[in-house]
Amino acid sequence: MPIIELKNLVKRYGSFKVLHGINLKMVENEFTVFVGPSGCGKSTTLRMIAGLETVTAGDITINGNSIINLEPKSRDLAMVFQDYALYPHMNVAKNMSFALRLQRAPKAEIKQKVEAVAETLGLTDFLHRKPGELSGGQRQRVAIGRALIRDSGTFLFDEPLSNLDAKLRGKMRAELALMHQRVNKNMIYVTHDQIEAMTLADRIVVMHGGHIQQHGSPQELFNEPCNKFVAGFLGSPPMNFLDGDVISKNGVVCVEGDGFIVAVSDEKGKALNEQKSKQITIGVRPSDLTYSEEKQALSNFALRVVVSEYIGTQSVLLTKCFTQDVSVELKSDQILPKNKILNFTALADKVHLFDRVTEIAI
Amino acid sequence: MDVVKKINKFTPYMLLAPAGIILLLALLYPIGYMVYASFLDWSPSQHIGQAEFIGLRNYINLWNDAAFFESFGVTLKFAFFVVVLEMIIGVGLALLLDREIRGMSVLRVIFILPMMIAPIVVGLMWRYMYHPTVGVFNRTLKEWGFESIPWLSDSGWAFYGVIIADVWQWTPFIFILALAAMQGLPRSALEAAELDGAGEWQKIVHIKLPLMLPVLIITLLLRLIDAFKVLEVVLIMTNGGPGLSTEILALRIFRTAQEFQELGYSAAMSNILLILLMLLTIAMFVYNKIQENRASKMCAMIEKG
Ligand SMILES: Nc1ncnc2c1ncn2[C@@H]1O[C@H](COP(=O)(O)OP(=O)(O)OP(=O)(O)O)[C@@H](O)[C@H]1O
Ligand SMILES: [Mg+2]
Repeated sequence: MPIIELKNLVKRYGSFKVLHGINLKMVENEFTVFVGPSGCGKSTTLRMIAGLETVTAGDITINGNSIINLEPKSRDLAMVFQDYALYPHMNVAKNMSFALRLQRAPKAEIKQKVEAVAETLGLTDFLHRKPGELSGGQRQRVAIGRALIRDSGTFLFDEPLSNLDAKLRGKMRAELALMHQRVNKNMIYVTHDQIEAMTLADRIVVMHGGHIQQHGSPQELFNEPCNKFVAGFLGSPPMNFLDGDVISKNGVVCVEGDGFIVAVSDEKGKALNEQKSKQITIGVRPSDLTYSEEKQALSNFALRVVVSEYIGTQSVLLTKCFTQDVSVELKSDQILPKNKILNFTALADKVHLFDRVTEIAI
Repeated sequence: MDVVKKINKFTPYMLLAPAGIILLLALLYPIGYMVYASFLDWSPSQHIGQAEFIGLRNYINLWNDAAFFESFGVTLKFAFFVVVLEMIIGVGLALLLDREIRGMSVLRVIFILPMMIAPIVVGLMWRYMYHPTVGVFNRTLKEWGFESIPWLSDSGWAFYGVIIADVWQWTPFIFILALAAMQGLPRSALEAAELDGAGEWQKIVHIKLPLMLPVLIITLLLRLIDAFKVLEVVLIMTNGGPGLSTEILALRIFRTAQEFQELGYSAAMSNILLILLMLLTIAMFVYNKIQENRASKMCAMIEKG
């Protein structure tokens, strides 16, 4: 399977720079997911790999050979478009077999492949329908089937699940994960949904404003975000950020702010001491905060519960830490009174530290 | 209560009635007049009341009129040739010019200019260009050392001369409609086709043309209807000659009334033409209805999910 590499990739529309030098190497058979907020350049990157957009500067290589001057059809890629891009005048079977028919594959082979793909995607009963006569989810599957039947080395997906309802999205997500295990191909997947990214990816690439912020396995990114943006982007509900200053209490390095104080791990304490700026933003995930009857001297958050959102086994409490918003995720059977200041605590190694100015992780 | 309801129901129709009646009169009166006239032996010097009622004799005469049939044949041949040529050239140009190049919008405007010129002027222009000695075509041929061509004075060439002029004037019509249809094509489906391995030509054959087909069919029918009625350009260029070689039906009708002074007979001819055009129009409506039905069926399917 091919190894795709992006080298200092730049895209400019007129004077407007959309991508500022993207560097990335995608390993064999890897499921790479690009995530980022709307307009950060995910689709642009994908379309440049596909050959649908020109490359302003930099290079894209497949197995070491530059492909930027190749036609899309010579790149050995199959793509699933965000809006499906089915051929409206062809029925499902014809849509899926279009590439094979262009290659003049034998009729029997086409038929057998179409039936096999339709079988795996549950489209057997719809082969003679036109795209206009299908539901969104069915069209989605046709678009995926059209890519699958091609048997090309790399699959590109541009937000393929964004138009589906929550239930169908979950189902299709599982099917895609299964498909990746089964076919073992390179997959490059664009989404702005971080849950999709976390569940599907071997490697997540977080993009923001035309830059790659960080890339790595979901665990790496979740546990060791390299900056405040990545920390805030991954995880639901999102990480809490509180501003504070570095102080020393009884010889322990702590960060203190309005309504909270946390001791930091030794390792981070050392880093903090070397750091010039003492203005810090701490980050704590809602699930890492726990209620404590006693006030802990070295790790305490004084929170006032404002709203409790019940979401099943877990509940999310929206609270105020002095004036800043903090959310806490708890087991639903733990019922806490509202509008009273309560004490919460967090483990030192679960507290992330960021430079308040540069927003880079410490 | 009931009365109020009834009044409410009829109010819109009452308000529409004056316009409707005027429209009906304006449409039906002349047509009725023409149909009635086709049963008369009527010369322009007579008041219509003085004309003799001769029943179907005009139509029977038409049936035995070789010149009418020749004219009818010329019209069919003319309409067929011009519409086929215009469709091919118009759609072809649209396919070629549907891209983002600087100056393309100016080029597109230039392409549709011929359509905006009055047919009389087009006829005169081409007559001068076809002039046997001073016309631009023959002068050029002479300069290059070729024989000059009897553009409008030879019965074979004259037919092609008229076709060329009509193609020149009306190809832009098809061009702009095809271009509009093309710009409405789903971009991403074309991109998908590119990734599926389709070259330019395959994209045209497998994606662009099939998706443009509904618009193209309507365009074709509109052009066909128009081609059957063409008059001025031919009148100016050849006046139907040499012989009957370019005497299209509209021209024959015009001359029957004007030169031969047989108003009833020309009305009968007009009616034949009218019926022919009506059939084409009905074909167009039927096609539209079928398309609409299909579209609404699709919508219903989607809603059912
Ligand atoms: N043809 C174009 N001309 C000018 N600017 C463009 C063009 N296409 C995209 N852009 C800009 O490039 C930026 C990146 O667009 P892109 O489509 O890659 O975003 P995205 O990350 O896919 O966002 P989304 O999640 O909303 O799909 C956007 O700011 C957009 O406005
Ligand atoms: Mg996008």
